[in-house]
Amino acid sequence: MQRIFLVFVVMMISFTTVMAQTNNKLAAASAARGKMVYLQRCMVCHQADGGGVPKLNAPLDGSTAVNGTNIAKLVKYIVKGLNDRIEIDGEFYENAMPAADDLKDQQIADVLTFIRSNWSNKAGPVTLTQVKQIRSKLK
Amino acid sequence: MKKVTQFSVFLSLFILMLFIATSTSAQNIKPDTDNAGLTLPKGFAALKVADNVGRTRHIAVNKQGAIYAKLERLDNGKGIVVLKDTDGDGRAETKTTFANYIGTGIAIKGNYLYASSNKEVFKYALNENGDIVDENAAATLVTGLVDKGQHNSKSITLDNAGNIYVNVGAPSNACQEKDRTKGSMGMMPCPILDSAGGIWQFKTDQLNQTYATGVRYATGLRNVVGLDWNNELNQLFVTQHGRDMLNNLYPDLYDTTLSAELPSETMYAINKGDNAGWPYIYYDHIKGKKMMAPEYGGDGKKTVEDKYINPAIAFPGHMAPNGLLFYTGNQFPARYKNGAFIAFHGSWNRSPLPQEGYYVVFVPYENGKPTGKWEVFADGFSGKTVVKNPRDAQHRPCGLAEGPDGSLYVSDDVKGTIYRIMYQK
Repeated sequence: MQRIFLVFVVMMISFTTVMAQTNNKLAAASAARGKMVYLQRCMVCHQADGGGVPKLNAPLDGSTAVNGTNIAKLVKYIVKGLNDRIEIDGEFYENAMPAADDLKDQQIADVLTFIRSNWSNKAGPVTLTQVKQIRSKLK
Repeated sequence: MKKVTQFSVFLSLFILMLFIATSTSAQNIKPDTDNAGLTLPKGFAALKVADNVGRTRHIAVNKQGAIYAKLERLDNGKGIVVLKDTDGDGRAETKTTFANYIGTGIAIKGNYLYASSNKEVFKYALNENGDIVDENAAATLVTGLVDKGQHNSKSITLDNAGNIYVNVGAPSNACQEKDRTKGSMGMMPCPILDSAGGIWQFKTDQLNQTYATGVRYATGLRNVVGLDWNNELNQLFVTQHGRDMLNNLYPDLYDTTLSAELPSETMYAINKGDNAGWPYIYYDHIKGKKMMAPEYGGDGKKTVEDKYINPAIAFPGHMAPNGLLFYTGNQFPARYKNGAFIAFHGSWNRSPLPQEGYYVVFVPYENGKPTGKWEVFADGFSGKTVVKNPRDAQHRPCGLAEGPDGSLYVSDDVKGTIYRIMYQK
């Protein structure tokens, strides 16, 4: 009985490890695709180092919102743009952010996964399912 | 006996005055050993008058040498800083603050100090010592100017006929229906130009002026931050920030290298009624032509020959000319007199290429016209050999002012350093 339990535990551990590794691989692939989206669409304002431009374009590196759990807010910024003058981590940024509503759900998941895991950011990936769900409510 | 006393009083006063005069002249002020971190032409030296003053935008220096700096962010609720060098060593010993609004513009003309918020222009009387008579008695000259965040700084300058010139930047990149959005066309005519994207002229002796009572002096200027009245030519000069994102919005027409260089940053000599062409055109200094903007049917090749004024001089793209000053002093060598200094705040829109600017440029003038060759005058503000990302710059030059002795003052709006540049043979 004990032995069966042990085998079960070992199986469970290896299963979750494999799952985690698969997820990591998926996230890494998503981030790699997201980087291409970032270079074409985001870097011009948010810069190669994700540092943004002081007083004009908000930084993504180290940003509380970018690293936070409110994924819906991040998806909304990309799809709808941002024209309101809002305070971000104690600072205001003057430039409007254009809507990138031509991006596909997968591209949005990819670019967010890239942004959330690049530079000093250590937040988890954003999945296609999440983006689909959030975006359907945005319209 | 009385005569002797009078004489000795006179003599000691004379010696004292001589002492004050010599001790405060630039020749006798010790520069910082590292010239405040700046690289300057031979014979020039620099010091930090003050450090960590706040986000100092434009600056003005009174006849007594006190510096008034306009802050972009309030310091304990105050938006103008006054710095005084009380012992003649060139460094500020006292710092006081007043005014409860943020902004960029500040200027002194006659016995008045003028300062702007992002919506209004105010006027303060100065006494015989160059001090504000009553900090709480600001007269509101202009009110109700457009402030939508983007390009909202209201730079100011004054002529000799009782007028003040105020820049109202366009809250837009290229007057697209949707700002900075790929595929969005330019609006025709651009409705923004009614109340922004130009220079407005107001009277210095009338209160509460608005768009209705002011004069749209020049239009088609996207965002002017540097402007100065040239007293030699009796003419307004402005430096425009050109539009951004040619490659990002039109990748098929502009590659990243071309998009980093274009459009030109431009300086214009302005006459009343001039139109510089934004958003319909931009200037290309490589071709030496006015080009049709892609939002209005341009393809990177179509030129525009007439209608809009040509720049007096053009610079590579995105360097952000934030301060303009025509030098009228006698301290610097003769070639600098009546030439233009321009403080380039530094670019962000050149990536993936390295950024440019972050220095003060000198534009030599001959017979009232730029010679066409510009040179970097003061470099090293950023503290980097190459600025890859704007946040890496330690200091960014923004405002310029000339002191009573002909020293050049430069403000930095990152750390709030005020530099004084002197010629010391």
